[in-house]
Amino acid sequence: MTATPLSHTGMAARVAQDIPDGSYVNLGIGMPTLVGDVVSAGKEIVFHSENGILGMGPAPAAGEEDWELINAGKAPVTLVPGGSYFHHTDSFMMMRGGHIDVTVLGAFQVSAQGDLANWATDDAHLPPAVGGAMDLAVGAKRVLVLMMHTTPDGRPKLLPECTYPLTAAQVVDRIYTELAVIDVTSSGFLVREMVAGLTREELERRTAAPLAYAEEVAVLAPTGR
Amino acid sequence: MIDKRVASLAEAVAGVPDGATVLVGGFGAAGVPVELVHALLEQGARDLTIVTNNAGSGETDVAALIRERRVRKIICSYPRSAGSIWFEEFYRAGDIELELVPQGTLSERMRAAGAGLGGFFTPAGADSLLARGKEVRMIAGRRHVFEEPLRGDVALVQALRADRWGNLVYNKAARNFGPTMATAAGLTVVQVREFVELGELDPEAVVTPGIFVDRVVEVAA
Repeated sequence: MTATPLSHTGMAARVAQDIPDGSYVNLGIGMPTLVGDVVSAGKEIVFHSENGILGMGPAPAAGEEDWELINAGKAPVTLVPGGSYFHHTDSFMMMRGGHIDVTVLGAFQVSAQGDLANWATDDAHLPPAVGGAMDLAVGAKRVLVLMMHTTPDGRPKLLPECTYPLTAAQVVDRIYTELAVIDVTSSGFLVREMVAGLTREELERRTAAPLAYAEEVAVLAPTGR
Repeated sequence: MIDKRVASLAEAVAGVPDGATVLVGGFGAAGVPVELVHALLEQGARDLTIVTNNAGSGETDVAALIRERRVRKIICSYPRSAGSIWFEEFYRAGDIELELVPQGTLSERMRAAGAGLGGFFTPAGADSLLARGKEVRMIAGRRHVFEEPLRGDVALVQALRADRWGNLVYNKAARNFGPTMATAAGLTVVQVREFVELGELDPEAVVTPGIFVDRVVEVAA
């Protein structure tokens, strides 16, 4: 491939561009947490953590950790001025009840209908674990998926139907990979942006479901549009 | 006179019977009532059903209960945290039963129990394997799965301060499941860092009113 894929930080920065000022946002565990580091300083974004925090701030300085102030991944965080604490039932009320504007989630697979598989693989050796993934996927107003375009061994993650167990059906709005920005529409995947130097054939080879293209496919560049 | 304070951890967990369903607060390590769980281990109750978000890690609290074969079943959302070695070992050997529940559903099932409700329909998990065998209904054009209330015989909770009526305030994100669990059990036992005099807690800031609390014990930080 002659194209230059985006770095993880570049992918996160592209997601951050789509988060409007004033949004309440929940970031999933893993790559989505990078989005918090690259949100523009000009925007006021309130980050929600499922364990009862609104106004979650960045990690504390070394030695300043408070182990009763942690994020969903159990790592220490801080609280920004205006932040608040609340109990789990209220926290998930915010998630299921449509009060969170945007969530950014990782995924194993996304189908052309927007079905999301991000909680279990077919590995029967590990005990199943779900956490807050299902509540978040059904409840957030906008569900953005940030993930690599294929698995580490090159298998497509954008599929006609998910083969892994579903987290939720028809919930994903937009997918950001190192190669492209793709919307989920009522007629399937619609490519909005592609990195420079990538051909449609190359993108289709890495995608198992049919792709449609926006009238003008923009260049997906690390520094934005 | 109302005085819910007890003098020792042993007194705090006295009377928990074999076969009890025990709600254990905490998310990761934050808010886990570690000393109360260890007191329960000493107390000796077995054949327990433990309801908690994670399945314990390392050698302490819920992990220690599992290791000592006191736990028949665990109801939780995420039993696969780093260091959950005892749960994983027992799970692989088929020595512990797991009921996996989406995190918001876990919390809301306990809220329903505490609120005297017969359950609720939620879209969370309605399209997933976790809805198997449960009633699914279309509500406002969307699939919802019926979830039953989840009541504990006992709740073990950690808070920051309590007065003798059992009014509670918590610390930061260690609050998590505590306030909901406190409402959902026949016997709610709370460990706090500090007792304060009646009237010292700002009534506007009390998170769990004492009506939900049966016993409080002080465990210095």
